[in-house]
Amino acid sequence: MAQASGGAARPVLEVEGITKAFPGVVANDDVSLTLNQGEIHCLLGENGAGKSTLVNMVFGLYRPDQGTIKVRGEEVHFEDSGDAIARGIGMVHQHFQLIPVFTVAENIILGNEVTKGAFLDLDSARRQIDSLAERYGLAVDPDATVGELSVGEQQRVELVKALFRDADILILDEPTAVLTPGEVDDFFGVVESLTGQGKSIIFITHKLREVLAVADRITVLRAGRVVGTAAAEGATQQSLANLMVGRDVVFRVDKAEADPGAPVLRTQGLRVADDRGVETVSGFDVEVRAGEIFGIAGVEGNGQRELVEAICGMRPAAGGRVEMLGQETTDWNPRKINELGVAHVPENRSKHGVVAQYTIADNLVLNRYHHRKFSQRGVRNTAAINAEAQELVEQFDVRTPGVDAIIDTLSGGNQQKVIVARELTGDLKALVVAQPTRGLDVGSIEFIHRKIIELRDRGVAVLLVSAELDEILSLSDRFGVLYRGRLAGTVNAADATREELGLLMATGSSGGPS
Amino acid sequence: MNGARNANAGIGRAASQVHRVLTEAWRLQPLYVSLYAILLSFVVGGVLISIIGVNPFTAYWALLRGMVGGGDEIAGSLARSVPFIGSALALAFAFRAGLFNIGAEGQLLAGGVTAAYVGALSWMSDLPGIVAIPLILIAGTMGGAIWGGIPGVLRTKTGAHEVISTIMLNSLVLFGVRWMVNSRDPVVLRDTESTVPRTDSISDTAVLPELVDSQPVLHVGLFALVGICFVVAFVLKRTTFGFEVGTVGLNPHASHYAGINVNRVIVASMAASGAFAGLAAASEISGTNGFFQPGTFFLMGFDGIAIALLARTNPVAIIAAALLWGSMLSGAPLMQQEADVSIDVVRIIQAMVLLFVAADAIVRYLFRVREHDQSPFKATSIEGAV
Repeated sequence: MAQASGGAARPVLEVEGITKAFPGVVANDDVSLTLNQGEIHCLLGENGAGKSTLVNMVFGLYRPDQGTIKVRGEEVHFEDSGDAIARGIGMVHQHFQLIPVFTVAENIILGNEVTKGAFLDLDSARRQIDSLAERYGLAVDPDATVGELSVGEQQRVELVKALFRDADILILDEPTAVLTPGEVDDFFGVVESLTGQGKSIIFITHKLREVLAVADRITVLRAGRVVGTAAAEGATQQSLANLMVGRDVVFRVDKAEADPGAPVLRTQGLRVADDRGVETVSGFDVEVRAGEIFGIAGVEGNGQRELVEAICGMRPAAGGRVEMLGQETTDWNPRKINELGVAHVPENRSKHGVVAQYTIADNLVLNRYHHRKFSQRGVRNTAAINAEAQELVEQFDVRTPGVDAIIDTLSGGNQQKVIVARELTGDLKALVVAQPTRGLDVGSIEFIHRKIIELRDRGVAVLLVSAELDEILSLSDRFGVLYRGRLAGTVNAADATREELGLLMATGSSGGPS
Repeated sequence: MNGARNANAGIGRAASQVHRVLTEAWRLQPLYVSLYAILLSFVVGGVLISIIGVNPFTAYWALLRGMVGGGDEIAGSLARSVPFIGSALALAFAFRAGLFNIGAEGQLLAGGVTAAYVGALSWMSDLPGIVAIPLILIAGTMGGAIWGGIPGVLRTKTGAHEVISTIMLNSLVLFGVRWMVNSRDPVVLRDTESTVPRTDSISDTAVLPELVDSQPVLHVGLFALVGICFVVAFVLKRTTFGFEVGTVGLNPHASHYAGINVNRVIVASMAASGAFAGLAAASEISGTNGFFQPGTFFLMGFDGIAIALLARTNPVAIIAAALLWGSMLSGAPLMQQEADVSIDVVRIIQAMVLLFVAADAIVRYLFRVREHDQSPFKATSIEGAV
């Protein structure tokens, strides 16, 4: 953080008065931003605030309606991202643009192939990659196949790919959203070594803790406008959150003491295999009672997905049993389990949670479309569906032009609110929520947490699976850590510390015998 | 089981690429791209005709009169178009469920041969027309549905891609019925009295009433197939089952999560698709031919693919697209007669229509149809406009 906002700062990127409108929405309204040499500039804002639109214009993917972009003092008009790359701008997208079956080296040179005659010169590419990797502390193996790398490693490949194209200005779109806590720390190290060597970085995020950890300067966007630019020094999580949301944000989740009742959801020795047939849940026992939130923490990939899918009927159990409300529900189909009063907020929003091409109304009845209320003698009752949708949209504060808008046009946070609205409605006995606030902004997180607690207070048994420690700590009444497919220790939330929990997540034990 | 899966994976991937392109075509492009494609094909066809030394206007004028030049021509064009409606629906319906049914060719044969067999049963002549006609139509529909349902079952039970299995089932039924109709020893379905290979004639009671004695005959099957298009449009847009079909087509994972029985929807959609082809074949057997000959439905299933895509799989638009397709084929002989331009030129124009619909960038460029015109909201209204 060498040259925070000192007088010697040299702007490498100046965005001045940019406006960009899409049909029905002004995504950026007179936005200005300056990135100085060697600086980490955080772009902060809720989902739908216009962060991605802004950087997509800087990277040549969209063209601004008004305003100018200058790179090193020179005004530029990008036709496409190729022009931006030629000017030394690199972007690492939230969803990696890598080809899984290619090696690291092949991915990196893709589109910029080093050739010797008609052949690829992979040797010289490998040498360049190694020297880049060493210089910036980005350990990558040029010969590894990308599909076999962890998410964190893939991200390093993306970074090397940008550097390979001589990028001086790096745009990182929510780079930490996919990383584990340990990987996040490594990532921060890399980012600082990059700026230390003169690279300038625009870092998009909505995690306040990270902003304060790495940023030199911060620009906060709200509803397409810049609502504040500040040096990181002196900023606090509270001040930034208030700026982002436009009102005071309550960080701590207020909740009354749990009043647990009878057991509602129980698994015994549950074993589940993943898509490759590898058993990732091996002997999982849990009991969730009415009126309590049981949290499952753990680094992703320890069987969370398979566990949730098996409980909700989406994946067959390889062994053991699942019981709900005193009945064995092992290997019931999803509908049968749902009709029992068990709702499921899925981990993968776009794959399972919504049909992207459907309207909000249709998504809101995705698992209820066949109920008598919405369908009579096999014919859909559109009026009833729309009325229900209208009510839910208001109740769950979904920001949308209307219930007939296509859900894909909404921000991630609003899509998640639609899913939550659908799942948290009806006569529920149990709720299984997986990563309910991943990638969401502070305002939406707060809202969804409140809704989950409301349900708990109404006597619903809640199983919460989350990779966010803070979420587990603030929401759960009791929780356990999922480590290699087993529950490693159950803890009362009141007694837990972050450190203890972190150790449990990393090693499966809290030091002593568990 | 895994072996079958792997063997099919490669071709399946290629097919899913095709499918993805087609899905996008369906979702994003309004029908006017189709209209431009037709226009463009006629222009290119005109150039072709003038190269062979014929005035294209003379040729097209003759074609047009052959299509709609008088009552008989119009009736003939309609009659020619009727079966195409069914074969196009066979693609369109499965397509909504995310399936690429290119087996209409075989489903027509399966439906046609079943209808002809049932229609020629000796006791059919004892039944009144009001019973016999529905019976022959139902028989053909069932034949098509079973032949269409098999790839659906294979897909759900073994993971075999429907593109592969429908192609194979096309061959199976084609050579199967050819043998059944040709064979004299043993006699399977052959009418031994006849010099050409064909099945026995169906009972008079099972013949669909004629509307116009045109060439070919225009019969009541027209109403059945046009009616089915509206029924399908209603089913897809307004019914619970249609919602399930559309949901599975757009996102099978979310469908599974939401409790939809994805396998059931896949089998039902494939069977329904086959049923439409089977109905088209039965109506031809009953209303036009009176017996089954293997060549009758040659290329009709593949033309159905083109028609369905031209109509962007919209069931009501299929009526118009099938009418265009059928009447062009019906009008072509007059063009050959008067302007000495081969019937094949019409086939070439039709192939170009499909090419331009698929490679719509050409059309967009020439006619300045901007991608920008498709805001998500606009795309919605098209999608919803079934």
